[in-house]
Amino acid sequence: MKAAIEARIWRGGAEGRFETFSVPRRDSQTVLDVVTFVQRRLDPTLSYRYACRVGMCGSCAMTVNGRPRWTCRTHVSRLGEGPLTIEPLANLPRIKDLAVDMVPFFDKWAKAGGRFVPSADAGADFAAVEPASPARREADAGIECIGCAVCYAACDLVSWNPDYLGPAALNRAWTLVSDVRDGGQAERLAAVAGDAGCHACHSQQSCREHCPKSLNPTASIAGLKRAALRAALKGGA
Amino acid sequence: MNRPPPAFRHRNHPAWWAFAVHRISGLVLALFLPLHFWALGQAIAGEAALDGFLRWTANPLAKLAETGLVILLAAHLAGGLRILAIEFLPWSPRQKAAVAASAGFAVAAGLLFLFNVGAA
Amino acid sequence: MNLRGRAEAIAWGAQRASAAVLAACVLVHLATILYAVRGGLTAAEILGRTRGSAGLALFYGLFVLAAAIHAPLGLRTIARETFGWRGGALDLASAAFALFLAWFGWRALGGLFG
Repeated sequence: MKAAIEARIWRGGAEGRFETFSVPRRDSQTVLDVVTFVQRRLDPTLSYRYACRVGMCGSCAMTVNGRPRWTCRTHVSRLGEGPLTIEPLANLPRIKDLAVDMVPFFDKWAKAGGRFVPSADAGADFAAVEPASPARREADAGIECIGCAVCYAACDLVSWNPDYLGPAALNRAWTLVSDVRDGGQAERLAAVAGDAGCHACHSQQSCREHCPKSLNPTASIAGLKRAALRAALKGGA
Repeated sequence: MNRPPPAFRHRNHPAWWAFAVHRISGLVLALFLPLHFWALGQAIAGEAALDGFLRWTANPLAKLAETGLVILLAAHLAGGLRILAIEFLPWSPRQKAAVAASAGFAVAAGLLFLFNVGAA
Repeated sequence: MNLRGRAEAIAWGAQRASAAVLAACVLVHLATILYAVRGGLTAAEILGRTRGSAGLALFYGLFVLAAAIHAPLGLRTIARETFGWRGGALDLASAAFALFLAWFGWRALGGLFG
């Protein structure tokens, strides 16, 4: 192992260039450690985003050697000896250096009907949701998403159509479609149908491939495709 | 000042390559369809016209192109069944196996075609 | 659901439904190709098999219809995703291509089965 890591880090916004830094190699060193070393010791003007450092918050996602990853959970030793290329997440506006604007990403959660809508008789009694019921299992499968946007950055459909809602927002919608207590299903299915929604997905599965939590947005979106087609054929709303 | 380089590494997994094959085969097959219908339409002008066309397809280059089309058709069929399974059946954890089986089916169809057409 | 969302959802359904029909048709077609090319193809051989066969005519008639639905929808998606062409003109062009394929395909079948 070489004693130093050659880190090529993106500087600038939509336009910019790579700047190369030499960072000492350490044991159990993560990519986030490398970025932090650069900012603390070599260039305090480097901008990046992180919070928890332990894979809970989902704010340190960046493009590492061409793949979207959580930098806090990516060990440098697993990436080989070559230069380390660190860029901001793809498919989102670059603000400065490694920080992207997450607003379009979260706007799409709202657009996809990502909010729970109480049904009309909410409060009448507690809803009994059997943990083993098929709908609850569907919701369970997708509910651990922490919104890091790794899937969004990995999705070709997002780069081909900026209006496409993306894997995370659609996955969120599917957990609510699978929630028997929710009263906003017709509006939600209308929001996710069509060529900027679930029906644009080609099951390339880059979302599933790169999700740090091993979630499966592809399967969630498949569920939405069927549900939205059923709703379209029935008409109404 | 430079624009950021496009990222490709995130696509390097079996399901994405299966998508690429499905897209290219679909595009070629869709463009080939009118040609295919035109060739079959030679029969309207009678047996002799159709035979004239069929004799032309006996040259090695045409046979090679036909083999390519058979492989693309088989690949699009197998890939399409894989997609229908993803969209309409419960999720299977054996996605890589499905991609491999589709590829195997396409290659087998191509080899069988070559063998049969070569036996002429 | 608004008209556009509904149309797109139904277009997706039509693409998948036609795909299911095509899957069966292509399987038969591939098997036929592999069998028929043995010993070379002649017009007499083809026409001897097709002329007057109502069952085959029905099968290939359905095949052409499914292909005429499936292919233009696929090309429309490619036009959108690769060339950024969206909107009414694209939908019209796709519909025109679908009608052309159906007409051209059935016309050829007329020659083979008539």
